[in-house]
Amino acid sequence: MAGHGVTTIAPRPSSPGTGDLEDEPALRLDGLTRNYGEREALSDVSLSLETGRTLVVFGPNGAGKTTLLRVLATLLRPHSGDVEVLGCSLPEDAWAVRGRIGLLGHEPLLYRELTARENLRFHARLHGVEQARVQELLEAIGMTDRAEEPLRTLSRGMVQRVAVARAVLHAPALLLLDEPYANLDPAAIGLVAGLIGAQSARTRVVCSHNPAGGLAEADLVLGLRAGRPVLLCAAADVGPGEIAELYR
Amino acid sequence: MSAVAPDTHLPATGGARVPPPAPRSKPPGTLVVVAALLRKELLVELRTLESVPGMSLFAVSTFVVFHFALNRSSVDGDLAAGVLWVTLLFAAMLGVNRLFVADAEQGGFDGFLLAPVDRSAMLAAKVLALLAYLIVLELVAVPAFGLLLLGPSLGHALPGLLAVLALADVGIAVIGTLIAALAVRTRARDLLGPLLALPLLVPVVIGAARASSPLLALGGHGGVGGVPIKWLATLGLYDLVFGLIVYAVFEFLLED
Repeated sequence: MAGHGVTTIAPRPSSPGTGDLEDEPALRLDGLTRNYGEREALSDVSLSLETGRTLVVFGPNGAGKTTLLRVLATLLRPHSGDVEVLGCSLPEDAWAVRGRIGLLGHEPLLYRELTARENLRFHARLHGVEQARVQELLEAIGMTDRAEEPLRTLSRGMVQRVAVARAVLHAPALLLLDEPYANLDPAAIGLVAGLIGAQSARTRVVCSHNPAGGLAEADLVLGLRAGRPVLLCAAADVGPGEIAELYR
Repeated sequence: MSAVAPDTHLPATGGARVPPPAPRSKPPGTLVVVAALLRKELLVELRTLESVPGMSLFAVSTFVVFHFALNRSSVDGDLAAGVLWVTLLFAAMLGVNRLFVADAEQGGFDGFLLAPVDRSAMLAAKVLALLAYLIVLELVAVPAFGLLLLGPSLGHALPGLLAVLALADVGIAVIGTLIAALAVRTRARDLLGPLLALPLLVPVVIGAARASSPLLALGGHGGVGGVPIKWLATLGLYDLVFGLIVYAVFEFLLED
């Protein structure tokens, strides 16, 4: 396994939707550490990811994947180390990067009593997005016929589809995806793949538990165990077997 | 490989029609965000009916209990003001305790924090929402109080009482929002909310009760002119001071 250090992956030739930061690394972490009380949830994570590339993070439950996403999303402060997201230093410039990040985590960040349309309209107002975009996304995720029903009456897969629409509503430059296809059937995966998959052509950080599927998406691979980076390399340099070792 | 989830792979392609990316949006103004948050707040309450009906029912039940416990057919003056304001305060605590629950349990905090908006918009929306709940509560509770307990005519006291209710409601809403935001992230929020809020709200109850007492006295002056200006000013000043304190600290309560 590779040791951890700063790894840079060259940018893809074209990266639509990534704004005006084509020459800047989308992410630059140097010694990122985050604790929960006495416990180190993330320890000394360093890497660099160019705009338009995909970082896939592997690791068993409790390895620190979700914590990493929440730090990058500005929801948690780093306790030490340098963190730059889309050219902005965290936590100092967190205000400047909000609204350019799409987070899809374990929680859909949607209100159960509101309908899919009401939830998306609410988030559209928070992000200053035209209401027409809501209808476009409802069509894209195949939810127009259930758009007026409260989320609590929908299946988990349908709620996940609405959460995907919520995450991309404001055309974020950086997508932070925590097991994004959980609860989705193959047809639903096909529906949302254009929004958050490789063809979305956005910079992405994806947490995954599936070595083969994750590697197919990845440009850069980070393996975490107990908050520590134990694997950091280009996706081409690692195989599913080495990823599976992380879970043993 | 047994520990590896089998069905969460990332497809390289998909067959769905993908809408074009949205144009880069401009961060919305604070008023737009406050309106969006308030609308969401009221919609959720209308669908769940978790706060206002409970608050109103609690107040009416308490008046019934007082009616029998005091063993009096009517009250007036200091006693009437005390009964009214203690009941309204405890009823308000039910709404305060639930003010941020949907946001905390359903990820609304995170959704809001990810947006490029002024954090004080949430404070304003929550204060306005709690004010709306208190107004509905009082639309039920004050007539019920007049019917079940109050000796003098409520209609006579109403003009002055409205001024007291308005100032006291602002204080309860501002302090209640601060405490609700503090308590909601703790496991013991149902206990912690009242424990923190009640001491801070004692001055509001004192001011409101003293201001209401002459209005609710037998033969008292019911108009706004009958309200002791000293106590109205005290309530107003308390609202202002706590409004500024809550505005200053609220953002820190939302963030990590």
